[in-house]
Amino acid sequence: MSTITTYSLAARIIHWAMALLLISLLLAGLAMVQSLEPWHLTLLSLHKSFGVMALLLAIIRLALRLSQQQPDLPASVPHWQQRIAQLSHFFLYAAMFAMPLSGYLMQSAAGRPVSVFGWFTLPNITPISMELYGFLREMHALIAWGLILLVLVHIGAALHHGLIKRDGVLESMTGLNFSKEQKPKD
Amino acid sequence: MAQQSSSLALRYGIIAVAVGGLALLFYGVANGLGQGRVTAQQFVDFQEGGNPHLGFRRAHAKGFCLAGEFVANGELSAYSSATIFQPGATPFVGRISIGGGNPTAPDLASGVRSLALSIGDKANLRWQTAMNTPPVMPVRTGQAFFEQMNAFRPDPETGRPNPERVAAFLAAHPETQAAREWQASYTATESYATETYNSINAFYLVNGRQRQAVRWAAVPQAESHGRGFEGDRDDPNALQNEFMARLDVAPVVYDLVFTLATDADDENDPTVRWPADRQQIVAGQIVIHSATDQSEGLCNGINFDPLVLPPGMAATNDQILQARSSVYAESYRRRAREHFYQQGME
Ligand code: HEM
Ligand code: HEM
Repeated sequence: MSTITTYSLAARIIHWAMALLLISLLLAGLAMVQSLEPWHLTLLSLHKSFGVMALLLAIIRLALRLSQQQPDLPASVPHWQQRIAQLSHFFLYAAMFAMPLSGYLMQSAAGRPVSVFGWFTLPNITPISMELYGFLREMHALIAWGLILLVLVHIGAALHHGLIKRDGVLESMTGLNFSKEQKPKD
Repeated sequence: MAQQSSSLALRYGIIAVAVGGLALLFYGVANGLGQGRVTAQQFVDFQEGGNPHLGFRRAHAKGFCLAGEFVANGELSAYSSATIFQPGATPFVGRISIGGGNPTAPDLASGVRSLALSIGDKANLRWQTAMNTPPVMPVRTGQAFFEQMNAFRPDPETGRPNPERVAAFLAAHPETQAAREWQASYTATESYATETYNSINAFYLVNGRQRQAVRWAAVPQAESHGRGFEGDRDDPNALQNEFMARLDVAPVVYDLVFTLATDADDENDPTVRWPADRQQIVAGQIVIHSATDQSEGLCNGINFDPLVLPPGMAATNDQILQARSSVYAESYRRRAREHFYQQGME
């Protein structure tokens, strides 16, 4: 049983920063692979650099998650919904790692260096192989669509808690507790 | 009560708009929202013509792999800090190919011959270039290139391009003139070893703050006898076999010649030839030692993306150059997927 109702400030900051980052990376990825314009290359190198940032943030986030207490879902949430929430959070974490890792590894398999904002270059850690690139390139796209689906469900559920049930779940991540005095509806 | 249920409806509405809106945004962007009229996928679809040769490049499908070294003489090191241009030899993997998406097309049937190089084995210092026999592009945007491909598409009835469509395209694109003049003056040589291969697009050589726009060409050291190919013209691999036979005797060598732009030249326009009096610098020699079938050679797994450049070189904003990079990536994605599923290319 958790004694807190709100995520730590660190957890909230990293949650919203990554939300913004991941949605931007998804949109940038989808747009840049089609574009013939000169901005395509700029976007691609930003995508890779921010993608690596997303991996670093995911590591920090997992460490926070494992080391800090989490608020529980309110008892009003039925057991099966609690299970689904847990499962969806597990997959969100999995995607937060699988997304940048597949990106990095596919570049490595293609023999392409991954330069992070020109500060440093990640080493190539896989054999150079077109088959491996083919696999990872498809995974990168597949996991992206999985992540998009998860994000949509996640946002829908969060808003449902915040606007319909008004049970404090949304506020546990926004930290804005103005619904406190409004008694939960049921 | 009524007020409460209407505000509940409003709140459900907000959720629907937020989630639905974001879903629509993802869907739209994935399907070309915000893109120009042609995407990389449409290009490659067109090149496949509904009948992809699985596992092969969607353009320049017919070709073979090369191994050799670029021997720099150091002449370019004042202009570029790239280590490749310091005096010394850097190994490369290369590929000679002909234009077109058919991997079994006869060598002598194609109007375009090509030399692609991936120089250097350190990933972050590598230089890739894909060069063709013409010195200029007919058009200067991906969009116009796509229109050109459509205009010259063989008519299903006659098997030849429709003359009216071609005429309409050319009338609308006067920038094709230099390419057409070159085409009219060009006769294919008897060997891949005696062709000149051009970067067409311009790039920058970079040294500190100094930036110089250049084009380059691989200029053969072997002289052409000027009578065209004289061997068995029915052999679909005529030129490939001729090239390999040459290599049995001696390496095939090209000078890598850089042409420096002046302020009068627009480096972003690949349709205009630069005047003949522009300064030229021989940066070194491309020495080809061996060649192998593409199914066995190292070149097959390489996407010769012309925007893989080492520190000391940079891309111009030439729209054709930029378009090439994304179209090559899409072609590479498709054939890599097919290799993963072990489809095609036995
Ligand atoms: C959370 C992090 C990331 C997300 C959400 C993400 C998302 C995406 C998406 C949606 C696409 C388009 C896929 C398609 O439509 O087929 C894409 C493409 C791409 N991503 Fe990522 N990505 C991430 C991290 C990375 C990283 C770390 C790298 C490399 C270091 C990377 C490299 C690429 C490349 C090179 C492409 C284009 C491949 C091509 O040209 O065919 N991504 N990404
Ligand atoms: C908008 C114009 C162009 C488009 C859409 C286009 C498209 C393509 C595609 C899809 C490939 C196959 C890439 C792969 O799967 O690895 C390719 C290969 C190639 N392209 Fe282009 N190309 C264009 C212009 C040019 C120009 C201007 C040149 C020469 C300066 C050029 C030279 C080559 C060469 C040499 C290859 C073969 C590389 C190899 O051997 O793998 N292309 N092109």
